[in-house]
Formats: sequence, structure tokens, C-alpha cells
Amino acid sequence: MSALTFTLKHDAPAQRIDLAPLTPDHLAGKSSAEIGAVELLCGNRRWRADRLFDIAGSDTDDIVIDNANGKLDFIGRGMQRGRITVNGDAGSYVAFGMRGGTLTVNGNADAFAASGMTGGTLKIDGNVGDFLAAAIPGERKGMKGGLVIVTGNAGDRAGDQMRRGIVLIEGNAGAYCASRMLAGTLAVMGSVGDYVGYGMRRGTLLLFKTPAMHATFQDCGSHTLPFLSLMFKAFKGLPTKFADIDQNRVRRYMGDIANDGKGEVLVFIT
Amino acid sequence: MIINGVQIDDTFAEAFGMRATRVLITAQNHQWARHAAAAMTGFATSVIACGVEAGIERELNPSETPDGRPGVSVLLFAMSSAVLTKQLETRMGQCVLTCPTTAAFSGIDAGYPEITRIPLSKNLRFFGDGFQISKQFAGKRYWRVPVMDGEFLCEETTGMIRAVGGGNFLILAESQPQALAACEAAIEAMRKIPNVIMPFPGGVVRSGSKVGSKYKALIASTNDAFCPTLKGITKTELSPEIESVMEIVIDGLTADDIKQAMRVGIQAACELGTQNGIRRISAGNYGGKLGQFHFKLREIMGAAA
Repeated sequence: MSALTFTLKHDAPAQRIDLAPLTPDHLAGKSSAEIGAVELLCGNRRWRADRLFDIAGSDTDDIVIDNANGKLDFIGRGMQRGRITVNGDAGSYVAFGMRGGTLTVNGNADAFAASGMTGGTLKIDGNVGDFLAAAIPGERKGMKGGLVIVTGNAGDRAGDQMRRGIVLIEGNAGAYCASRMLAGTLAVMGSVGDYVGYGMRRGTLLLFKTPAMHATFQDCGSHTLPFLSLMFKAFKGLPTKFADIDQNRVRRYMGDIANDGKGEVLVFIT
Repeated sequence: MIINGVQIDDTFAEAFGMRATRVLITAQNHQWARHAAAAMTGFATSVIACGVEAGIERELNPSETPDGRPGVSVLLFAMSSAVLTKQLETRMGQCVLTCPTTAAFSGIDAGYPEITRIPLSKNLRFFGDGFQISKQFAGKRYWRVPVMDGEFLCEETTGMIRAVGGGNFLILAESQPQALAACEAAIEAMRKIPNVIMPFPGGVVRSGSKVGSKYKALIASTNDAFCPTLKGITKTELSPEIESVMEIVIDGLTADDIKQAMRVGIQAACELGTQNGIRRISAGNYGGKLGQFHFKLREIMGAAA
């Protein structure tokens, strides 16, 4: 069986398209006619999938979205298994509430990627917008599990109200990185913007360079932390630069003491 | 049946169903992992008064441990899951948490039909007084508890399985030094077998017991039938030339593990032979009514021949 491929038509409407129904779970067992008839929300109208996409292949566990652009929202929403590959950019809310499986974006993604995600792996081979792994307005928790790998940069508020899971950013992150973070692990290889860890409650922000920090982050000294060895051992084999790291010596800062202060910013030292 | 002049009795060892778990303890070096493991498995010879029977299974190379440090694997056996859970918690808290540089991990994750997860650091974490941190990687949860030497890292749970305890055999010899030498040889061979422990001091027990006593308050008392000094006055199992009897008790994760350990142990003892004063191999049982597992000596040694 070849991958079930949706190629966005050139004459597709200019409005944003909600791709939430195109997940392996939702399409499992459907015939190609039924898949073509799946209705997708586009602007304020519902369109048949085959009106918006050229559809080929039949393996519903391996979905490919070709010719994608930044207007395709909610890709992989709530997906529980299988694989989705996006060739091109993804819109907002990619992997929203994702529960399992693998989602790869070979391009950039927009805001609120991995929001509400509880399991599975999201890999973005490009940059990602603001509010990566953050909670949408009205929600109290952002990402709740799973793994996110971003090979490019992330926007502002990465990890805002993140509750669990691991986010690995190989590039830079914007302002308010790990703000209001509740738990989980967020690692940034590049630089971070202003107000790092603003309102951070618990959780770990792992950095390679010492950032400018508020007075509400307290220096706890240099340490060799055994859990880092274990963590990087778990990363071996992952498709990320983090898989090659084998360091466990860090400077530990705790904060934000304006908000419980049990969060930690770990900065690698030699 | 006679092996190298040593008589193998036509009897069986009677063993019981138990609950078991394994904990992997790592540390900066083997010495400190052993310190923790020795403390954790101390006073754990018999469930009669110790709660658990525990022992060091073997040392682990850095390549075999979750965190890549030298380690030791420890097995604990108890008569019920409640007792095992409680004993594991107290022993972890007093013997491993306290020991410098140690970390502890689950030793049973797969490979058995029924695995129940029991707390390893699930409750211990509260020692962190709110500063403890949970981390999850590769589907497992760990706790980081701040302690004075840095951080105590421990997996949240470990696996508990149904296991077998009380496999045994007796070595009957012409003198006490000869009985002990045979036991030492047997234990050395048995320590190479995985999934088993010999919980008594040095692996050997000299105070085998029978059920009941002349004193109403006691449920067990000395096994007078095997006591050489009572040969003439009790209904003895011993022939005139036997002057000393020692027992090796084995707990194993499966009946097959115990069989294998008994086989290599008895073989090692028999290799010393009559020229070293080893005369008979027997086994302890309660008439076959109490234990679910019967390990027939001749069957086990027959399989080896």
C-alpha cells in the first residue's frame, strides 16, 4: 500500500482549511470515495476533501500532505497512531491534542504547535511560530506529554503553561520562553529572548548559554545531575542534534520565585 | 542414585509461591553500590521474622545499567504483595536513599506473564519536601529527590511477579568443616545462576527447622531428625558417620531457575565426593502438603546426567 497522499490543489480557496479530520484514526477503514467525501472546514464553508486536494494512495496509517502552505490548520489534531508527513508549511495548531503516532512537518509551522499534545512525536524541520507547546486561551495547561523536535527557531512563549513532555529546539527561542511553565522539559540549543521563565512554576528549561534572567531566578550553583545522563541516553537515536549530547554538568537556577519558584533553568557548563 | 560416591536421597524440596521484585542499584563505583545493596539485603534471611528474603543477585557492568554507572542487582521475596511493597519501601528509604551517590531502577519490566508495578520511589519522593522533581523519558517516570550529596535519582516503580521461595537441599558430611567446604563450593557455583538468591548468611543455613514444637508458643523448632548430636535419642535421619548437616535455601523468580541452581549446587558439592567426607544430599519438606512446588532431587540431578 502506498501512502495516502493529499496534494493541495493550486486553485484551492484562499481561506484557511481545518485539516483535523485527516488523521489515520479518522480515515481508517474508509474507501477512497469516502475519503474524498470527507468534509473540511474552509473559511465559513464546508468543502469535500477531493475538491481541495488531489488524493492518491490508500494507506490511511501513512498520510502525506503535499504542496502544503501555512493556511492548513489543525493538522494531526487528536491523532492517536500512524504517521502524517507534511511537505511544505503547516498552519497553526499542528498536532493540537495529539495523542500518539508521528507527525513530521518538512517546512515551517505557525502558532500553537503541539498545544494540548499528550503523546506521540512531532518533528518540525523548520521554524515554528509563537506559543509552541502552550495552552490556548482559556486552557490552563499546554502540552501534556509526548516529544516535540524543532530543528529551526521557535517564536515567543514557547512552553507557556506546558505541563509535561519534552520539547527540543535546535535553534533559538523568542521572548517569554518557558513562561508559566508547570512541568516537563524544554531545551533550547540557541539563544532565548527576554523574560525567560517568566512566572515559571516547575519544570526544566535546559539551555546552552546563560540567558539574561530576572532577579526572581536564584543561582543554585554548579552541579553534576545524574538524570541528565539518563535523559540524553533516552534521546539516543532520535532524529535531532540532541541525540549526540552527553553532558550532565550544569549551572542550576531556580525560579520564578514570584510564582512558587520550583522551576529550574539549567545551563550547560564545562 | 549416587554421584561421585555421594548418595542422592529419593526425596524432594518443598517450596512456596512468593512475590518477588528486582531493584537495580547504581553508584559512583561498585563499592558504593554494594554498600547500599548489602544494607538493603541485610536482616533478610527468612520471611519468618525478617519480612522479606533478599540477596544480591550479581554485579552489573556500566553497560548493563540504565544510567551507565556500575551497579548491583538485588532480588527481594515475600509471602505477599503487601509485605513486599512495605519492605521495599522501608529498605529503599533507609538503605538506598541514604547511601551516597546511589540511584535505583526497576529490575523487572518484561518477560514474565504477570507483572504488577509496585512503588520504588513513588512514596519515597516525599522526602524531597516539595523540592522533588518528576521526569519522564522513554515511557518511564523517575523522581529526582534533592539530598545532601546532590540528587537521588530513582525510578517511580518496579515490577513485581509471582515467584518461588524455599527451594533447598541438605549436605550431609562426616565433619563440620567438610560440610561447610561443600556448601561454599555449591554457593560459588550457584551465584553464577541468574534470577536466584540464597538468602541466608553466606548462602548457608545450619538451623534447619521442622514444623511445630513442644512449646505451644512456637510454630517451628530445630529439625532434630537432622541434628547429629541427637542421633541416638531421636528418630534420626542420619547414619552413624554423619557429623554435620547444612542446608542451602534458594529463592528464584521461576521454578526452573531454582531447579538450575539446585542442579549446579548439588553437582559442585558432589564433586568433592566421599574422599572429602561428603556422604549424602537430602532436602527439606513438610510431607508435601504445604508447598505448591516440589523439587525432586533425583529428577533434577537425572536431568543433569
